[in-house]
Amino acid sequence: MISSAVTLQLPALQVALPLISAPLGLLLRRHRLVWALAVVVCWMSLAISWLLLQQVLAEGTISYAMGGWAAPWGIEYRIDAVNAYVALIVTGIASVVVPYARRSVEQEIDEGRITYFYVLLLLCFTGLLGMTVTGDAFNLFVFLEISSLSTYALISLGRDRRALTAAFQYLIMGTIGGTFVLIGVGFLYVVTGTLNMADLADRLPEVTQLRTLHTAFAFLVVGIGLKLAMFPLHLWLPNAYAYAPNAATIFVAATSTKVAVYALLRYIGSVFGPVISYEDVPFGEIAIILAVIGLLSCSFVAIFQSNVKRMLAYSSVAQIGYILMGIGLASKTGLMASLLHLFNHALMKAGLFMAVGCMFYRIGSVRLDDLRGIGHSMPWTFAAFVLGGLSLIGVPLTVGFVSKWYLVLAYLEQDLWPLAFVILFGSLLSVIYVWRVVEVAWFESPSPRAAEAREAPLAMLVPTWILLLANVFFGVQTELTVGVAGLAAQILTEGLR
Amino acid sequence: MLHHTVLRVVSKLLIPVIMLFALYVQFHGDYSPGGGFQAGVIFAAAIILYALLFGLDNTLDVLPSGVLQGTAALGVLLYAGVGITTVLMGGNFLDYNRLAADGPTGQHLGIFLVELGVGITVSSVMLLLYYAFAGRGSRP
Repeated sequence: MISSAVTLQLPALQVALPLISAPLGLLLRRHRLVWALAVVVCWMSLAISWLLLQQVLAEGTISYAMGGWAAPWGIEYRIDAVNAYVALIVTGIASVVVPYARRSVEQEIDEGRITYFYVLLLLCFTGLLGMTVTGDAFNLFVFLEISSLSTYALISLGRDRRALTAAFQYLIMGTIGGTFVLIGVGFLYVVTGTLNMADLADRLPEVTQLRTLHTAFAFLVVGIGLKLAMFPLHLWLPNAYAYAPNAATIFVAATSTKVAVYALLRYIGSVFGPVISYEDVPFGEIAIILAVIGLLSCSFVAIFQSNVKRMLAYSSVAQIGYILMGIGLASKTGLMASLLHLFNHALMKAGLFMAVGCMFYRIGSVRLDDLRGIGHSMPWTFAAFVLGGLSLIGVPLTVGFVSKWYLVLAYLEQDLWPLAFVILFGSLLSVIYVWRVVEVAWFESPSPRAAEAREAPLAMLVPTWILLLANVFFGVQTELTVGVAGLAAQILTEGLR
Repeated sequence: MLHHTVLRVVSKLLIPVIMLFALYVQFHGDYSPGGGFQAGVIFAAAIILYALLFGLDNTLDVLPSGVLQGTAALGVLLYAGVGITTVLMGGNFLDYNRLAADGPTGQHLGIFLVELGVGITVSSVMLLLYYAFAGRGSRP
């Protein structure tokens, strides 16, 4: 009885729990307590999203009427396989990153500001989960702003003074993106008179001839494109990732662009529907062209970076290219590959940034020069980095292989051989930039800083290895990810009805 | 400042009226245009006027930024607390009908508390923003 009542409230609790914990954290003040609160909240959120996913798989779409107002008048939280899966990614990553964050944050952020760090992280977490579970177009914009505003502040907490300019740059670009999303939603409201996504999906096919609808589509794609760092709208990303505190970089890199990709998928797949997105508007072609340019150019740029965090940031833009290539194909296998890569890229990039964070913790730098010989003084940390690198390249038995396999398969299905080669060539480029770090760290004589370094503390090493072993686990045991991603791709190709 | 008699007298006349107007906008929001956000901004404007004329130090004595951070958090908690209360009373999140025996009374009570939460948070955050720009925030 009680358990069924709780089950009914899970969609609201998924967002309300971190939302309440953020102001509570501000009142607690003592940063150790706030950290403990954040850990508990993240774990509880993970449990909630797991229960929601099980419920969706067993019973189908869940609809929750916020405030008791029935959709389409009230705000509806609508959870199907797609967003249950994305919520699981976000909460899963947060559950590993927050325990890791304690040592890293205590070293990198001034004592008086650590509480703010966790409060902002919880707010960002709230925003991302809200974007994920909501079924209301305007509500999605509100949560997008909550997550963005807290991310700007998180980035600006970095010790490096360049963090401030990076945060400001992101603030400007992100605000333009947010405004574009709002204008797009406004146009949709003008032509249909509704903001509920399912209701929009019902009404939009009646007005496909309207220029306003196509304008709305363009505004939404560009706006969300800015948030997910679609080439050439990615310019804010490398600096933001490079100069933010390490714990913030890990969390943002692994979740925020993924949720933005989810928002894009939701709009083109469910709200506009495949007919408008791929036939009336040439979204597929545009996405593939931009993705290929982004994939190749950012991989090249990554090869020439001397700062490992910046290198990984450029590699993130390149990986977003793979995700967009799958989306642009408009086939079920393509969407499934993209959804798989959302999960897999979150795992590998979080793992890599965590390993880099461990090195930064000991030597206070992530420049390649200072990392010389680090593989000898921090063997476990660097082994983790290598494992993450292998996953990034797409070596079999890692998650990177699984998503690239399906992506290549999707392209071969459509007889697009040249583009399948682009994917493989991209992997080759990632071999180069990962190898540069490996060569420096294992085969060169130690730099003065690396020689003094000891292995990272267990409080950081254990979460890092948990994520990297997850890279291997989900690379071998693909039942959960491939199953759910396949179901989610099915939903997106059919539209909401 | 003490020499600007006109400014001092006029502001002393204005500040209470502005605050009263903020409370009017706050509590009349469910019948007429207004609500927590507008009221919060107007209330903060009254205190910012005081700070402009009598200096930031005097203002910080009355409303230290530590207290404002607390009230900002409390406002959000009040809002979310109403949501949790409705859940505990067997409804959906923020389903005000559950707050009282009959629906309309519950709706009144719910929107009143939620808007109060919004007002408290907005005025606190407006003041914190002003403090930050005026250069005497609680920066460590």
